[in-house]
Amino acid sequence: MDLVEAILLSIVTASTPLLLAASGELIAERAGVLNLGVEGMMLIGAVCGFAGAWTTGSTAIGALCGIVAGIALAALFAAAAIGLAINQVAAGLALTILGTGLAGLIGAPLVGESITAAPHLSLPWFTDLPLIGKLLFGQDTLVYLSIGLIAAIAYVLARTRTGLILRAVGDDPASAHALGYNVAAIRTLAVLFGGGCAGLAGAYLTLAYTPFYAPGMTAGRGWIALALVVFASWRPGRLVAGAALFGAVSILQLHAQAFGLGVPSQLMSALPYLATVPVLVLISRVRRGGSVAPAALGTAFVPER
Amino acid sequence: MSLVLERRSERSVAIALASPLLAITLTLLTLAIVFAALGKNPATALAVYFITPLTDGYSLQEIAVKASPLVMIAVGLALCYRANAWNIGAEGQLLIGAIAGSGLAVVTHGTNPGPWLLPAMLLAGALAGAGYALIPALCKVRFGASEILISLMLVYVAGLLLDYLVRGPWRDPAGFNFPTTAEFDPAATLPLLIGGSRVHAGLILTLIAVAAAAVLLGRTLKGFEIRVVGTAPRAARFAGFNGDRLVLTTFAISGALAGLAGIIEVAGPIGHLQPDISPGYGFTAIIVAFLGRLNPLGILASGLFLALTFIGGEQAQIALKLPQDMTGVIQGILLFYVLACDSLILYRVRWGGPQGKALHGPR
Repeated sequence: MDLVEAILLSIVTASTPLLLAASGELIAERAGVLNLGVEGMMLIGAVCGFAGAWTTGSTAIGALCGIVAGIALAALFAAAAIGLAINQVAAGLALTILGTGLAGLIGAPLVGESITAAPHLSLPWFTDLPLIGKLLFGQDTLVYLSIGLIAAIAYVLARTRTGLILRAVGDDPASAHALGYNVAAIRTLAVLFGGGCAGLAGAYLTLAYTPFYAPGMTAGRGWIALALVVFASWRPGRLVAGAALFGAVSILQLHAQAFGLGVPSQLMSALPYLATVPVLVLISRVRRGGSVAPAALGTAFVPER
Repeated sequence: MSLVLERRSERSVAIALASPLLAITLTLLTLAIVFAALGKNPATALAVYFITPLTDGYSLQEIAVKASPLVMIAVGLALCYRANAWNIGAEGQLLIGAIAGSGLAVVTHGTNPGPWLLPAMLLAGALAGAGYALIPALCKVRFGASEILISLMLVYVAGLLLDYLVRGPWRDPAGFNFPTTAEFDPAATLPLLIGGSRVHAGLILTLIAVAAAAVLLGRTLKGFEIRVVGTAPRAARFAGFNGDRLVLTTFAISGALAGLAGIIEVAGPIGHLQPDISPGYGFTAIIVAFLGRLNPLGILASGLFLALTFIGGEQAQIALKLPQDMTGVIQGILLFYVLACDSLILYRVRWGGPQGKALHGPR
């Protein structure tokens, strides 16, 4: 029983950064912007979140620093990809290269330092319930925040006027523009939101997942978050399932070691990336009848007179 | 009222020519500010990165050695990007090429196999790189899956496979437990062009690749097809050009070149297989391709420039105590400016209110 509980708990922890980053990217992509810079924004969020918490001793300020850092990088991407209509694929890669470099630069003096990890919720009686107690009532704040966030996103996209406008901008920017909506401004806001989420996802790694900073500690989670958005067919509900699934795959290596399976650790570490390939293929096959991606995803929109 | 882009009626030739230089100038100005913010003298720091490496023979040779893989990979990527096929995983193709070629060196170690070994290693590297690149290409063509994400995921897979091999089955038993294979035999090592230096025969292969790509793009029907499919997909369909087959072809070529660059690095400057054989050549080559305007000769020049940032970065570590990550910052800033300046070739920036229609497809 204890083992099942431990596995479930670690799945939640491993899924949370994926869910946070993918939630933000989902909004950006629904607005028609493909930002491949998630990995870079996560890394900078991780290092700035750590730096904030290390200086002030406060997890909340650390998380805030991570969010602000993610937004700052996303603003750079928005200026390039929306302001100057630069190819989004290339601009996103530039963002990841820059973010990785900046994170290394900022983080160099922080390697080897440590902080106290984000506190976990502890309710008398509830948290002590067998099996589900710690799972439902014993997580850190950011886990609850990420679930609240994706619920809010699902509601806004499906039920509100804001969601409708956002989807219109992603599906048919020309019509949205003709109706009088400022496509560039809406897309920019969506990208900044995505940056904030990616920054928070990175900060989760240093503030809650491991209470220290190591270079390159996102280890490709940003790319997996991008794949998750495709996996979820741009739907918030499926995103939760996808994040849990990939979280489970990525913690498999820890427990495989514990069971003493004679599998090379590198193979276990490669599993999330290996799993992504057939998943992307299957998803593309299933939707062969018609793409479910936002129709204008990845295309620049330049109003002409 | 805000800044808006206005499409130029024709491409600005003046800006097209000045654009890479403008991008480099803006990068240098931005870096001066960054260095000042880091508490370093901007003039000294810029000199360490961009001038000192040009002043002694050893650094110049090192620039050539570093530029070689960058140019070779970027030439292949340029073919892909011109055809609107987004191979982002050249780093993984490089690693697989290095692994495949090294496999031959490891198996034949100490057996004195003869002169066929080195060509066989290079061929194995190129074929493995091409095969690895065909995975995302096939997934895209057959199933419509994102070649960007799949080629990227395979980078991590290749890196972990390399790690497994050099720590496990291929580890040198006499290597004091270091994760590396034994030093390659002379028959498995690339000959040097200049004795006593690190300048190796791979440079010639790079120059051949540049020349071949220039001829392919400029003088052949296939090159014309690549250009048409990339710039006018609809016209290409009317002309009967097969876009899917072109994705496969360009991915295979770029993968082969990346794999070749990988085995050349291992059989040349490094001399054995180890966990880190590339400082991100596959990713930096993307910048090289764009800075070189997706043109083989331009790539030759931009490859030398990006190699300069690597060597400058190594010197700055010693002279300025700046971490190696500064090189990534420089490269990221440079790519942003390169792309931004290219945007000015197509658009004019002015103040005004927005109105108009959509522009379809990534440029």
